[in-house]
Amino acid sequence: MRAKAFQKIYCRLNNITKATCTLDATGVGYEEMAYVQGRTAQVVKIAGKSVTLQVFEGTEGLQNDAEVIFTGRAPWLPLSAHMAGRFFDAFGSPIDGLPAVEGREYPIGGPSVNPVRRKQPSEFIATGIAGIDLNNSLVSGQKIPFFADPDQPYNQVLALIALRAKVDKIILGGMGLTRDDYLFFKNTFEKGYGQSKIIGFINTTDKSPIEMLLIPDMALAAAEYYAVEKNEKVLVLLTDMTQYANALSIVSNRMDQIPSKDSMPGSLYSDLAKIYEKAVQFPDGGNITILAVTTLSGGDITHAIPDNTGYITEGQLFLRRSSDVNKVIVDPFRSLSRLKQLVIGKVTRKDHPQVMNSAIRLYADAANSKTKMENGFELSDYDRRVLQFAEEYSRNILAIDVNLEVEEMLEETWRIMSKYLSRDEVGIKQEFVDKYWVES
Amino acid sequence: MENKNIISKGKVTAIVGNLVEVETRGALIQNGICFFQHDGKEIMGEVIKTSGQTAYVQVFEATRGFKVGLDVHFIDSMLEVTMGPGMLTRNYDGLQNDLDKIDGIFLEAGSRSYPLENDSVWHFKPLAKVGDLVTAADWLGQVPEHHIQHKIMVPFKLEGEYEISWLAGEGEYQLSDTIARLKDDNGREHEVSMSFTWPVKKAFRGYREKLRPGKLFETGVRVIDTLNPIMEGGTGFIPGPFGSGKTVLQHALAKQAAADVVIVAACGERANEVVEIFSEFPHLDDPHTGGKLAERTIIIANTSNMPVAAREASVYTAMTLAEYFRSQGLRTLLLADSTSRWAQALREMSNRMEELPGPDAFPMDLSAIIANYYSRAGYTLLPNGKSGSITFIGTVSPAGGNLLEPVTEATKKVARCFFALSQNRADSKRYPAIDPNDSYSKYVEYDEFIAFAKREISADWIENIEFVKYFLIQGNEIREQINILGDDGVPVNYHETFWKSELIDFAILQQDAFDAVDCNSPLKRQKYMLEKVIGLVRKEFSFSDFDEVRDFFKRVINLFKQMNYAEFKSQQFKEYEAQLEEYINQNVTVS
Ligand SMILES: Nc1ncnc2c1ncn2[C@@H]1O[C@H](COP(=O)(O)OP(=O)(O)O)[C@@H](O)[C@H]1O
Ligand SMILES: [Mg+2]
Repeated sequence: MRAKAFQKIYCRLNNITKATCTLDATGVGYEEMAYVQGRTAQVVKIAGKSVTLQVFEGTEGLQNDAEVIFTGRAPWLPLSAHMAGRFFDAFGSPIDGLPAVEGREYPIGGPSVNPVRRKQPSEFIATGIAGIDLNNSLVSGQKIPFFADPDQPYNQVLALIALRAKVDKIILGGMGLTRDDYLFFKNTFEKGYGQSKIIGFINTTDKSPIEMLLIPDMALAAAEYYAVEKNEKVLVLLTDMTQYANALSIVSNRMDQIPSKDSMPGSLYSDLAKIYEKAVQFPDGGNITILAVTTLSGGDITHAIPDNTGYITEGQLFLRRSSDVNKVIVDPFRSLSRLKQLVIGKVTRKDHPQVMNSAIRLYADAANSKTKMENGFELSDYDRRVLQFAEEYSRNILAIDVNLEVEEMLEETWRIMSKYLSRDEVGIKQEFVDKYWVES
Repeated sequence: MENKNIISKGKVTAIVGNLVEVETRGALIQNGICFFQHDGKEIMGEVIKTSGQTAYVQVFEATRGFKVGLDVHFIDSMLEVTMGPGMLTRNYDGLQNDLDKIDGIFLEAGSRSYPLENDSVWHFKPLAKVGDLVTAADWLGQVPEHHIQHKIMVPFKLEGEYEISWLAGEGEYQLSDTIARLKDDNGREHEVSMSFTWPVKKAFRGYREKLRPGKLFETGVRVIDTLNPIMEGGTGFIPGPFGSGKTVLQHALAKQAAADVVIVAACGERANEVVEIFSEFPHLDDPHTGGKLAERTIIIANTSNMPVAAREASVYTAMTLAEYFRSQGLRTLLLADSTSRWAQALREMSNRMEELPGPDAFPMDLSAIIANYYSRAGYTLLPNGKSGSITFIGTVSPAGGNLLEPVTEATKKVARCFFALSQNRADSKRYPAIDPNDSYSKYVEYDEFIAFAKREISADWIENIEFVKYFLIQGNEIREQINILGDDGVPVNYHETFWKSELIDFAILQQDAFDAVDCNSPLKRQKYMLEKVIGLVRKEFSFSDFDEVRDFFKRVINLFKQMNYAEFKSQQFKEYEAQLEEYINQNVTVS
């Protein structure tokens, strides 16, 4: 998105805030890109002659006689097959020391897919992690975030899934990534695949946080290119969307908008939905799956960012450390994959839905028994058995370090259920119990 | 819109998001429609406020590239829909564009399409005759459309009384053909075709009166029909945090409810949920007609990534179509998922207009807007003495799952059924997660319903429901006591009561929406199972300790679940039932 032969130049800023500046200009289009003293900016408000620009690189050091150049167009990204293996900044400029990519220029943040042109997602994405595959199965074309406190290994899990998933392209949108994390992703992917599959749009912590507002649109414009024009299966990783939302709130505060809950802009839901709804199964086989990260503060999912996210995405994967087994698990209560119905028991074995639900119900019973224990009450025989069940289930199924095929996950769950419980206690359809119950 | 009258023209002066200010000369209509002449396309907007010669317009599409000085044409009407035969099975956007007719994968700005087929041919049969005096919504004739006889009505906009001066005879006509001429008081003739328009924000009042609902509207969902019943023409809402099952429940209602026509407004929610409906409904059977589900369904899709301003329009579009079908004497079910997204769209606009915000920055008049909307539902007596209904059920998505927020509170004041979804029940997979203690249906107190239940279901139906509800409350209290005092801290018969309430929970409240049999439980089956459960609950047992209680009821619950999964009164069902009877009889002391 570099400057081209241009139209209009102005040299007088009337007003400068932390993220925006205002000047008098005419003939300017809404959402048009501009350069203010060489910094990339975008029109966010026009009132008569007065035009407000959001300056992505921040306004520190801007002079009020700065040169402002309007490009006459909305933000764009040059796209071509040569992008594979490359890493870019928020403006689409290379950060890997290689020359810029030439290609057709696509507007980013473009129109949405006509819902009737979408196809129902139906391809199961196996990750080997039972807390995901068994309890919260992913489907291509899905959008789903990890909810995790900052100390959880979410980026490692994200990278691991990306490596195991059978997709054609992986597009990493990094927002507020530390340089270490950026290099972790780059090295992991290059080691795992060579360079052919991965493309990165990266905003590192040493850059202005406002820049990251462009990252998801950049990553998703590239994803649309591969999914629509090349019919490829594209996995988009967005980390960390909480930082993205914080950047949104900085800008909206500067524009004097009335904040709603948790100082977030009132449009947070729509802003996030525009991004996440880019996940899609196209009719010709291409698809875009979005795996994101929403970091929490102290596990609080009622905060406006995770809350709005949960209302938009097709579920969430909640990572937490289980003190019982001292491992990071995918929490079966707070996690959910809303698209799992499309594959479980259909692509996977028929008993999958019931086994999944029963095991989680038993795990919930165990949580009650645990409360009882902590309150110092005597445990019944059943309490003791579900607690034993829960411990083994946590270790062998919920922990993120397992790597199994779905059938193995099912067998293992049957085994643990059969070991500690009676047939009546699991409450599964007779035909499945008859077939899979493991007699001791 | 090309045939619309331009009443004034103007030029854009300011743009923030989808709020655009336009300086005009000439007339302006509040909520009037205008078109921005942008890039060779016409982009539609609605005037939401005027101040002097400045119109504040909410634009129904992205405003990217809009410039100061852009030409704007204001027309003489508000946002309208066009109604007639051929709407069933269609997928519209919030402005009633037929999405299937729009080319390309992406929705480019300015794409519009006509909601009906003007050259479609229908077999018209007159229901009135020349010389009859008629008013708006009177039935002139009917055309068969899938399972319904689609009534051709006097256009809603015609005010006063008319005499039919000519009426087409039975035969095949195109949608746009004149099928009647109506003469007004001044002797002027009006030509009427099979379709007409109506402004969506205006409630259509062409009915004799609204009656108190009292006829059960069967949904096939046990916890609704049995415990918190909704009526034909009733209103209800489903609040719940994300992931608690609002959409799954609404889809279940769309599939099973005893409606003639179902209108689903997907309002600011996920596109894939709409895809699910239009991918599956063409293949699923309508349990009431034997036709396909798609044939009774209309989808109004304004998903979360579609323009925010059109989100508001979408709920009104859906309501207006529902009013159209109600006027035909049909039982219409209107579902909106989620009304909170609509409220948020109002909030976004109100903030951009810098209006004084109410609680949580929602507009001050939010309650009034919601109340007004819900009031458009109802059971009506039509001018011809027949009845029709709009049953409305909306979802509410409270921020942080906290029900003390403006949209939930405003809705609670007007909706008569409250189906509260609980995070706890969802977490422990007790679906549908409708909280049995918090939820209610005001209709159970209606004399109309009480009489209906006694007559149509059973003499002791109301007592049975009260008994079960009371038992659930008791069970809940005992659960809390056990949590505080421990298993040993309460007598064994407390455990018995608790487990009986668990039985009610597992056998009646819980229902697997994804099981082909269990998903839909007709009222007859609900009654059978309810009586069976109550029969057991009323029995007394003498267990020696609480472990014995638990083991007994675990087995009983399991057998009930197997029955729920089996086809009603099938061989398999009867086998489980026999096992159950035998097992109970071995243990019972007093029956
Ligand atoms: N009645 C039900 N039976 C089984 N699973 C359900 C049921 N209701 C909800 N679920 C599960 O919960 C998930 C979320 O439900 P959904 O209706 O999409 O939630 P909401 O609309 O409240 O966010 C579903 O994808 C499904 O896995
Ligand atoms: Mg939902």
